[in-house]
Amino acid sequence: MQPYTRAEMAAKAAADIPEGWVVNLGIGIPTMIADHVPLEREVIFQSENGVLGMGPAPEKGREDPWLINAGKQMVTLRPGGSFCHHADSFSMIRGGHIDLCVLGGFEVAENGDLANWATSENDTAPAVGGAMDLGAGAKRLWVVMEHTTKDGRPKIVERCGYPLTALGNVSRVYTNLAVLDVVQGLGFVVRDIAPGLSLEELQAKSAAKLHTRA
Amino acid sequence: MINKIVQSVADALAGVKDGATVLIGGFGSVGQPDALIEGLIEQGAKDLTCVANNAGTGRVGLARLMELGRVRKIICSFPRSAGSVVFEELYREGKIELEIVPQGTLAERMRAAGAGIPAFYTATAVGTLLARGKDEREFNGRKYVLEQALKGDVALVEAWEADRWGNLTYNQSGRNFNPVMAMAAETTIAQVQHIRELGELSPELVATPGIYVQRVVRVDRGAPWV
Repeated sequence: MQPYTRAEMAAKAAADIPEGWVVNLGIGIPTMIADHVPLEREVIFQSENGVLGMGPAPEKGREDPWLINAGKQMVTLRPGGSFCHHADSFSMIRGGHIDLCVLGGFEVAENGDLANWATSENDTAPAVGGAMDLGAGAKRLWVVMEHTTKDGRPKIVERCGYPLTALGNVSRVYTNLAVLDVVQGLGFVVRDIAPGLSLEELQAKSAAKLHTRA
Repeated sequence: MINKIVQSVADALAGVKDGATVLIGGFGSVGQPDALIEGLIEQGAKDLTCVANNAGTGRVGLARLMELGRVRKIICSFPRSAGSVVFEELYREGKIELEIVPQGTLAERMRAAGAGIPAFYTATAVGTLLARGKDEREFNGRKYVLEQALKGDVALVEAWEADRWGNLTYNQSGRNFNPVMAMAAETTIAQVQHIRELGELSPELVATPGIYVQRVVRVDRGAPWV
């Protein structure tokens, strides 16, 4: 069995983003997605700190500390890019102007719920950032995450056990083992399985029923 | 003649009262008014409620202010950044109150305060722990929660250029929370790198009109330490 690497997970998600979409990428593997979208396919990347039209990472020696992304890494601005303040940036997000948001996740449930900000109700000072705004406001919400926790517990579940970030909005999940659609009223539908892995093996690593396309 | 420019950081921070709500601009260190935060440490006001996106890093700036026991409560979206050691210690020991607010709600609560809107409904956080205890209402078949405006007594902001009327421009992603906080406080104090003559700033490029700014001080900060 050959699980997908983080870069392969990012590349798979990137391949599914069409030209013209405005896309917000969360911290972690989602940030890597931008590296896999060729510049000639014009996708506009938005960063919650008021950057619209982010380009690739700067070349060595050309970094600009005034130009960062949500993960506080230095980035570049493409021709056509622009800056705005935080309330305008989140108006783009909350006002339904973002075609796609891709976030990391602790758990995704078969009803499309996402948990990705706190590990218990008594979490010491959880950090939510912009995840709840993105989860509620983007037109589409995809999640990129490992299929199970480090100790093998499924992150694909019937209902989230961790505190929720967004309710019912996740429509696709990219993991190191599979790509799943979340279909309202049905649940998880398998789009793709990592090489050498059977559907039964994938099901065994998931805590919700996996459906296949008819 | 209107002249909002003051000669020192100490002059800029004069009069900040104990118990004040202080809005602090910046996203990470970019657009963060470091000199004004240091000035607030010197100035001595205590029992503060600080509103910022992050809860400080290392043991300088906002983290230092907290370590000195001067912050009663912090309102932020992302307290647990790399290096937010002081906040985590204080929070664990129960020595600081925390209000977590989704980042967009945080920005909108301040924009609302600046725009004279006492409260607003938003879909963000519906059905989550952060909506507990808040009024919920349905519009056109979708649920929303009621969030209250968040007003500051003082805003500390960092800008790139200013003139003596308090008009401000920003440098790239250094804009972030600064214009929103500037409009939401009773007294807005701007730390800027360049002072321009009145009329020199392009009116098209002014991102914070001077009406929102009470004091300006020039500080040669250089680049943020990313």
